[in-house]
Amino acid sequence: MSLIVKKVAQLITGFVFLYGIYIIVHGHLTPGGGFAGGAILAGAYILQILAFGRDPLHLKKKETGSSVSESVAIFLVLMMAVAGFFIGAKVFFNNYLPTGKIGELVSAGAIPLYNVLIGIEVAAALLTIFLALIIYKEEIEE
Amino acid sequence: MNSLIPLFIIIPLAIAFIIPVIGKLTNYFAKTITPIMLLILCFFSVTLLFNNNQESYIVGGWQPVDNIPIGIYLVLDGFSKLILCIISVIGFLVSIYSISYISKYTSENNFYALFCLMIAGMNGVVLSGDIFNLFVFLEISVIASYALVAFGVGKNELEASFKYQVLGNIASFLILFSIALLYWQTKTLNIADISNILKTHDSSAFLTFTQILLITGFGLKAAIIPFHAWLPDAHSSAPSPVSAMLSGVLIKAIGVYVIVRLFFNMFAFTYEIAVVITVLGTLSMIIGSLLAINQWDIKRLLAYSSISQIGYIILGFGIGMMILAKGGKESLAVLAISGSLFHMVNHSVFKGLLFLGAGAIEYRTNTRDMNQLGGLSENMPITSTTSLGASMSISGIPPFNGFFSKLIIIIAAVQAKFYLLAFLAVIVSIITLAYFLKFQKAVFYGKNKNFKDIKEVPFAMSLSMIVLVILCLGLSVLAIPSIREVVLDQAVNSLINVDEYVNLVKY
Amino acid sequence: MIVYILCFILFLVGLYGLITRRNLIKIVISLSIMEFSIFILLVLIGYIDGGIAPIVSEKIVNPTYVDPLPQAMVLTAIVIGLATTAMLMAIAIRLYRKYGTFDIREIKNLKG
Repeated sequence: MSLIVKKVAQLITGFVFLYGIYIIVHGHLTPGGGFAGGAILAGAYILQILAFGRDPLHLKKKETGSSVSESVAIFLVLMMAVAGFFIGAKVFFNNYLPTGKIGELVSAGAIPLYNVLIGIEVAAALLTIFLALIIYKEEIEE
Repeated sequence: MNSLIPLFIIIPLAIAFIIPVIGKLTNYFAKTITPIMLLILCFFSVTLLFNNNQESYIVGGWQPVDNIPIGIYLVLDGFSKLILCIISVIGFLVSIYSISYISKYTSENNFYALFCLMIAGMNGVVLSGDIFNLFVFLEISVIASYALVAFGVGKNELEASFKYQVLGNIASFLILFSIALLYWQTKTLNIADISNILKTHDSSAFLTFTQILLITGFGLKAAIIPFHAWLPDAHSSAPSPVSAMLSGVLIKAIGVYVIVRLFFNMFAFTYEIAVVITVLGTLSMIIGSLLAINQWDIKRLLAYSSISQIGYIILGFGIGMMILAKGGKESLAVLAISGSLFHMVNHSVFKGLLFLGAGAIEYRTNTRDMNQLGGLSENMPITSTTSLGASMSISGIPPFNGFFSKLIIIIAAVQAKFYLLAFLAVIVSIITLAYFLKFQKAVFYGKNKNFKDIKEVPFAMSLSMIVLVILCLGLSVLAIPSIREVVLDQAVNSLINVDEYVNLVKY
Repeated sequence: MIVYILCFILFLVGLYGLITRRNLIKIVISLSIMEFSIFILLVLIGYIDGGIAPIVSEKIVNPTYVDPLPQAMVLTAIVIGLATTAMLMAIAIRLYRKYGTFDIREIKNLKG
């Protein structure tokens, strides 16, 4: 890619990443949440890869990392849901944390935690899909 | 509220996501954990089958407000118990079989992860008491099955998977569309609640349209005849354990089960809908068997025969629905429906076995073409015997289970004075016998042309085939009325007594 | 009423593309169009005139919220749609590698 693209990508990526984190963290207060924010996070990574990285070996290493973190994140979501069996009303997916006051950042019990984990999961999953497709394409060209 | 029903979904789902992580460290984890997990689910579901409690479970503890259910409900009644049992038992045997079979592919971990995901999705479909949640689990299981069909990444596998996905996606859209229409009309997604609200509605054109959409959508998933185009390709191209799972369990759990559940427990079905379902069943039964005769690829023949046998199952339910809708004798409807459920159990056992047998042949000879095979009975005695058992069972030879279930359906049809349907069922049974005789003769008997020095398949593969053939013989005891009552009557009751299902979901 | 008809027309556009296009990628795009027409229908079902986004807040007195359930359904369905589209694309790219073309007339090993 040309210098302009690289420079602009460098400048923008941080903001995009921050925006994704904002969307995820405020998931229980404003429209958005884990999925939307995660997609934005993945967008930041994809922007970087499109601007700079074309080295298949490096990409493969990244893909391993992202697929592992995807599995771990979704597993943690499941474990949080299972924790409901043991705490509080003893129901699967029980929201056992104190719910706090409406409108505050730390409120709604376990929902923000789910949002964060789902955000990681979605970002990792989208990145994995993208990397898998791009690695496959590089392999065809060789 | 200490019920453990959600474990049926949690355990396979958790294991599906652990496998890619731990599987990177050791190769044996996936192979051992999957059969162990399914064995646990097997015991769990069989114990559930033999005790009488039926229950519902509210996920997240969202209690109903003003008699309106707001949470997601999981419902365990007699019918779900039976299907859960089928899924776990066949899944367990198939996973044992896969230990040897899948070792010839790369990336075994992905296979087991997808397999667990498919099991989780099917269990979710069967347990869910909420129509949109049902759709989500359905998508989980079919997306896993799309990937599994393409697992071999050869030309045929990819093409079959693409075709399967296009048709499967259209089916999903139709289902989602009909869910949207149902929500529009009733403002709720809970199956029991919808059933209550629809009782007060008159049947309108809008409702009939929704019903037709649902039949089309789930008919595509179940491969009933006008919608069958994907099945022969997908089921014959997939790796054999996957074909056994798809043909034996998936099309029942996400196709037939949902059609039956929705039309018995959610809609108050009319006579016209009953006729439509019966006609679709009869068509699948006849055309599936006619198309199967001319196949020379083992797995394609089995796939077409799946369509035909699904036709039998739908036909039995259709006869039951017609009797109930006309206000005929309830005992006759019970007979037809229990025959149909019995055939459903039997079909998953013998079709699973036949696909595993076909897989064993392909494992040793690397071909599925009947013209090249022949005389394998000397080299592969176990495969040959078990396949013979399954073939006899599917074509209805007396000591095997297939005979009794078909007999019950035919008796019900005769007693309800549907002589034409009974006659067609008998004819199709004879055609089935014809093409399975052809299969047996072409593969196991006759002259061995090309494969003189092949051996029997490894132990794990033959073990699950032997267990299945014993099941084929053993399930015949269900034909004895007193035993049938213990196992099948719970399921039949929960279908016929609509209120029982609705009362189960307390709100 | 006109919006529902437009939504149905969008569905038909997708169906037309699915039937007439010969390119695998275009088929995938047609499927996505069909899918999104149904999502739009779902959102329309939950729409109430003058309704606001269903977020509980103390500042607004006597709010009219739009129905949140169809929105939750659409979000879930979008996630599912993402998975199916990714799956279709992966298969399409692999098919391209095997056959060297995206044309479905060339890809017909199986008899159907």
